[in-house]
Amino acid sequence: MINFVEIFNSLSWDEIKESIYSKTAKDVENALATSKVTLEDFKALLSPAAEPFLEQMAAKSNALTQKRYGKTIQLYAPMYLSNECNNICTYCGFSLTNKVKRKTLSDAEILEEIEAIKKEGFNHILLVTGEANYTVNIHYFLNAIKIIQPHFANISIEVQPLSVEEYKKVHEAGVYSVLVYQETYHKEVYKTYHTKGKKSNFDFRLETPDRIGEAEIHKIGLGVLLGLEDWRVDSFFCAVHLDYLEKKFWKTKYSISFPRMRPAEGIIEPNVIVTDKHLVQLLTAYRLFNEDVELSISTRESEHFRNNVIPLGVTSMSAGSKTNPGGYAVEPESLEQFEISDERSVQVIADLIKGKGYEPVYKDWDKF
Amino acid sequence: MNSLKIGDKEFNSRLFLGTGKFGSSLLMQDAIISSGSELVTVALKRIDLETDTDSILAHLPQNINLLPNTSGARNAKEAVFAAQLAREALETNWLKLEIHPDPKYLLPDPIETLKATEELAKLGFIVLPYIHADPVLCKLLEDAGTAAVMPLGSPIGTNKGLRTIDFLEIIIEQSRVPVIVDAGIGAPSDAAKAMELGADAVLVNTAIAVAENPANMALAFRMAVMAGRLAYESKLGLIQSTAIASSPLTAFLND
Repeated sequence: MINFVEIFNSLSWDEIKESIYSKTAKDVENALATSKVTLEDFKALLSPAAEPFLEQMAAKSNALTQKRYGKTIQLYAPMYLSNECNNICTYCGFSLTNKVKRKTLSDAEILEEIEAIKKEGFNHILLVTGEANYTVNIHYFLNAIKIIQPHFANISIEVQPLSVEEYKKVHEAGVYSVLVYQETYHKEVYKTYHTKGKKSNFDFRLETPDRIGEAEIHKIGLGVLLGLEDWRVDSFFCAVHLDYLEKKFWKTKYSISFPRMRPAEGIIEPNVIVTDKHLVQLLTAYRLFNEDVELSISTRESEHFRNNVIPLGVTSMSAGSKTNPGGYAVEPESLEQFEISDERSVQVIADLIKGKGYEPVYKDWDKF
Repeated sequence: MNSLKIGDKEFNSRLFLGTGKFGSSLLMQDAIISSGSELVTVALKRIDLETDTDSILAHLPQNINLLPNTSGARNAKEAVFAAQLAREALETNWLKLEIHPDPKYLLPDPIETLKATEELAKLGFIVLPYIHADPVLCKLLEDAGTAAVMPLGSPIGTNKGLRTIDFLEIIIEQSRVPVIVDAGIGAPSDAAKAMELGADAVLVNTAIAVAENPANMALAFRMAVMAGRLAYESKLGLIQSTAIASSPLTAFLND
């Protein structure tokens, strides 16, 4: 069976970029009118020509999302297990060259963090690490998951790419979802941001969702790091990736995240500024393209943005997040991956969601 | 209006409700009350069994019958496990069997559903399986011991109405167990139509939960279901495409 690298290699970044930028208002109107939004329509919705149509896109996204998800927002908390990392990623606070003290949680510390997170009411959790294959590897993950699993209804992981066999093991241990962002689909630019470490292998990362799908993980999370390259072109590639995966792994669910570059210790400035307007365009375009995909907004975003984005197509949000290992209880001052923007507590966010006429959902899974 | 009997229970209302997708538990509660429904389905995965303060359970009207569902189960094995969990936690042997390996359109897997129905019926469950409008499958499920069948009108959550109407008619004609049209009912007129056809009940969720005024929409469905059922029981007249003025083919007999 073919994997995504073959499809990727048949696509040209420059041609796609030209095609997106040549879309017209008429193309956008057609995309808004059709009930089956194709990848070509998606290009129009991503294009500068769609900018005057934001209100219509938002209205359609709102209706489609309510039809599929109702008036609900899933809440989750990230739990950073480690900030050790052997990669050099010039935009990330965990980058190897960043000479600060590193931290990996012990069993006892994991339990302390669990207690703090549970107290807030969370039942869905996302486990995050850097990539340090000697210390934070499959053995570490399986042990950590074993400790965490009894306490949460739903576990996601966002760690280094693993093998099919390793994914099968974490699935068996109770992991529901795996998130892996390509960061950018521009192969040459990717190399300039990922200069050292296992992550510098573009194709290996690109094939990762195929491996996750093969291991029959319930849900795969995709995304691009907004700020590295042209977000319109990058997001189009991501949608092609999503489309391919949905057809190949038809039993799997999918989610899209929108990590927008945030300040972090020792990192570079974004290459491309993605504005709030852009992000709304992107989010609603995804919903029009795919009625079913989960769309997630994290605490990277500002209070103002998160206050208003809830009815626009979002299906899940994090709240009260800490992006450093031990951040909830053990060691609040350890190195964080990025500064969060919305620092409000989960109670405040839950009230905000209710105020918008939506039900905050804490639990939506069982280990059957 | 005749009452409806399923398993060991009798219902005066032929409108069943889903509890998902509401903007708040209070809106859900108001909608259930104004619908007059006596049976609501709850997704086991949404219920927090660890605490006693689960918001959905806490807001269900007293004396309402619970129909736990196995939403999220991808095969018979997972569904049977979920059913047992539900029976233990919610103290009911009623079960809405939902097995949809495809998370996009949530279409039911007929093979795994038949397998699970057989197994669950043997374990003493009152099984109400969510299925395609497949008349043969309905007969096989009867043989397997199902308490009712729940064929879809159109894909779940789509509000498209009774797209499977020709197959629903066959199912209703042939069935020895109650037929509950589930999924796709988008408007009260769809519900009325299903009842006029002779469906025993309908299950509605999205159309009510996502309405701007869920309680009023629930009331609208309540009236539509009653209207459709009364019409069915009162025997609708045949639909004629042309007026019958003369009998050109048989007139010679009167010569």
